[in-house]
Amino acid sequence: MIRHIRLAAAFSLLLMLALLVNAARIQVFQSEEYDNNPANRRVAIARYAQPRGDILVDGKPVTGSRDTGQQLRHERTYENGPLYAPVTGHASQTYGTTFLEDAEDAALSGTDPMFRPFPAWNALTRSEPPGGQVHTTIEPSVQQAAYNALRDKPGAVAALDPATGRVLALVSTPSYDPELLSGTGSTATRNWKRLNTAASKPMLNRALRQTYPPGSAFKVVTAAAALESGVVKDIDAPTKSPDPYTLPGTSTKLTNAVAGCADASLRYAVVWSCNTALANLGDQVGLRGMVRVAERFGFNDSGLTIPSPVSRSNFDTDMDRAQLALSSIGQYDTTATPLQMAMVSAAVANGGDLKVPYLVDRVTTRHGAIVSTRHPRSLDRPFGQRTAQLLREMMIGAVEEGTGENAAIPGAIVGGKTGTAQHGIANSGLPYAWFVSWAQPQHGARPAVAVAVVVEDAAADREDISGGGSAAPIARAVMEAALNAEP
Amino acid sequence: MSGTGTAVVAKESAETPLPPARVPRRRGTELALLVLAVGVSVLGYVHVGLARSHAVPPDAARYGAGLGVLALLAHLAVRWRAPCADPLFLPIAVLLNGLGLVLIYRLDLETPGDMAAPAQLVWSTAGVALFIAAVVVLRDHRTLQRYTYVSVVAALALLTLPILFPPVNGARIWIRLAGFSIQPAEFAKILLAVFFAAYLAANRTALAYTGRRLWKLQLPTGRVLGPIVAIWLLSVGVLILERDLGTSLLFFGLFVVLLYVATGRTGWIAVGLLLAVVGAIAVGSLEPHVHSRVKVWLHPFASIDAGDGPTQLAQSLFAFAAGGLLGTGLGLGDSILIGFAAKSDFILATAGEELGLSGLSAIFLLYALLVARGFRAGLALRDAFGRLLATGLASILALQVFVIAGGVSGLIPLTGMAMPFLAQGGSSVVTNWIIVALLIRVSDSARCQPDEQAREGVPE
Repeated sequence: MIRHIRLAAAFSLLLMLALLVNAARIQVFQSEEYDNNPANRRVAIARYAQPRGDILVDGKPVTGSRDTGQQLRHERTYENGPLYAPVTGHASQTYGTTFLEDAEDAALSGTDPMFRPFPAWNALTRSEPPGGQVHTTIEPSVQQAAYNALRDKPGAVAALDPATGRVLALVSTPSYDPELLSGTGSTATRNWKRLNTAASKPMLNRALRQTYPPGSAFKVVTAAAALESGVVKDIDAPTKSPDPYTLPGTSTKLTNAVAGCADASLRYAVVWSCNTALANLGDQVGLRGMVRVAERFGFNDSGLTIPSPVSRSNFDTDMDRAQLALSSIGQYDTTATPLQMAMVSAAVANGGDLKVPYLVDRVTTRHGAIVSTRHPRSLDRPFGQRTAQLLREMMIGAVEEGTGENAAIPGAIVGGKTGTAQHGIANSGLPYAWFVSWAQPQHGARPAVAVAVVVEDAAADREDISGGGSAAPIARAVMEAALNAEP
Repeated sequence: MSGTGTAVVAKESAETPLPPARVPRRRGTELALLVLAVGVSVLGYVHVGLARSHAVPPDAARYGAGLGVLALLAHLAVRWRAPCADPLFLPIAVLLNGLGLVLIYRLDLETPGDMAAPAQLVWSTAGVALFIAAVVVLRDHRTLQRYTYVSVVAALALLTLPILFPPVNGARIWIRLAGFSIQPAEFAKILLAVFFAAYLAANRTALAYTGRRLWKLQLPTGRVLGPIVAIWLLSVGVLILERDLGTSLLFFGLFVVLLYVATGRTGWIAVGLLLAVVGAIAVGSLEPHVHSRVKVWLHPFASIDAGDGPTQLAQSLFAFAAGGLLGTGLGLGDSILIGFAAKSDFILATAGEELGLSGLSAIFLLYALLVARGFRAGLALRDAFGRLLATGLASILALQVFVIAGGVSGLIPLTGMAMPFLAQGGSSVVTNWIIVALLIRVSDSARCQPDEQAREGVPE
């Protein structure tokens, strides 16, 4: 009997051993697999257990956190939500994060390893470091000016500091309050449904995520390509362009809204926005030359992040001559985000040195200790100093005597370019009014701001809609705010 | 194994009886370990308070004093009536019970509308009271042998009783009386162990050496085996009707182990395993309730992939995994996500999450120690009934721990059962205290009554 009791005891202990081995399997060897299961609420509970770090504009938080006492404890709040929505995005317990809330999530939620004094910190203290602070480059007065100027018109504004690439304003209208989506439950679901089905698309970040045909505003790029490729050597020399201009290989005739475009000089063509001359010049530069210059401005780049992701602006790489001619005046398949067009303007303003746009200046801990800092970097040099000088002259001309005179600011040097793009089948859609510009203080050494404005204009009279009419005054308001904000 | 040493001492003493003073009684060791057990429990309680509200719970001293008084009374009873008992049983029981109270109290914080700790404290007190009564009243475990048939009738009555009451959560295993829920099957465990031990002790020779030979198996005569199989079938049948599969598995395991130990015939193991496999396949495929449990066990995350959210087993696995090596710390886990039965069947997941693999290993080792000491007491005894009783009680503990701990950690299909001492459940706590009382009684007999045992020594 003794032997059999021993065997029964050994069997019992074997059962205990099996439990122990199985526990080790779950808790140590396969724990990660269980921890990362999407149905495991622990990740979400830990994520919202402490207040989320804030996004700051000019040192003041534009976000906050509310303790709900629920299982997912802290909910995001926003100061001035609609104004800053294109900057912050939303941080919803139900619908996830977007834009800066998403791109800087590791910093805001405190999970970034940079916040830990040493790797095993969390395991030892059994606590997460508090969320960090994300300091943006946004200039509140510029942001507010852009928002006020757009008012109820659907559209967007992107403003950059040309010398550094700092994003000074990102506005999209109509906007929404991201706080409506913060929590869980039926209210958030209802708001989400309402915002997503609204015809005005308030959650669309038009400044970064919507591309529009740039129309005549693209002529700055074509002019740069013509100068860089040597097709145009003297901007005051006639370009030998007929008016009307027959698109190569077709019988379609391209015309102009203004007179005097026949055989116009490049300067006249930019100042008065001659379709015929620039379509012709684009054709003469050729597909490869046009594509190269457009891409050096940032077109066809689907990977740009500021760190919010920016949609790809398009310039086709495979076209016949007629399509190229149309693309060269910002029609056909050419599309651009407002931020892309602000980059075009910034490159001209900064002497051809295109800086990478960035929205986050630095990340600090909750107590202000710097975790990371961003320094200006050059993206590319799409053209040389001489070309830059000539482009500046022509853009200044467009504001002083041409289509962009609504953007003129006393006491400042302003260069700009209008654009009106038609779209839809047989141009039945509402036209987009563009204005891209930059401004430099009269006695300043460097430009203060580069702006791109787009207005999805709902005005009844289509003929009257031009970048000069609806978009230029908005650009002026933004540039004035930026000039005043200059230290 | 140290059991050998005790057996040798017992054999020597059979020839030349030792004066009682020579046997080390180890009551001081027991007291010291008890102080440690109460201390660890109180520390756990304080830790929950510190972790949750950054303050020592105001009634920490009262909790400690209460547990301490219970432990002290139990210790005094043992000192008085079972002075030679193994000194590990009582401290382990107190520690597991104290830890269970801490875990339940900790989970109560998440469910302010449903407090389970106060009731558990009352039941623990009742358990200790019954423990003391058992140790004091039952002077010799062989007395139980007289109640062989009373035990079996009582056990069957207890098992049948819940059929007369409405089902709770799909299982007819509770009876509700005056606001108390009682699980009679818990008490039936002890009674069946007593019956099996007594019956097998009386008939083991007949079972082992008579009967027809069929191929290589030697079958015992129907006259001997008949009653035991009938009773076993009846109890298992009742349990399947009541849909309490954990207990049914436990009874079956207990039956096979005791039959094997009593007869020493490996054939019983083979028959047992065969029956178990056939039974498991039959029940697993025919009974929808069990069938779904098996499916969940095989694919714990299927419901998540199907978009129905995690099952309790998946939540339990998440809790264990979240604990990792060191655990989140008492009071800082999220095991309440398991939902229903988090404080009872799934209590181990809370231990796993908040104490980690290190704490869970400690708990498993405590159970292993309890079980090993039970078997050791059986080895040291000289009467067949005592040996079988100790083996049965230790096996009940081991099987129970395996069935429920294996179930909540995905090792075997989940069947509802209480983790001894840890889980919420009055009947279970009381039953386990009685089991420990019997083990103490048996271990005391093993070490202090060699002269009496010598007279009815059993052949090896």
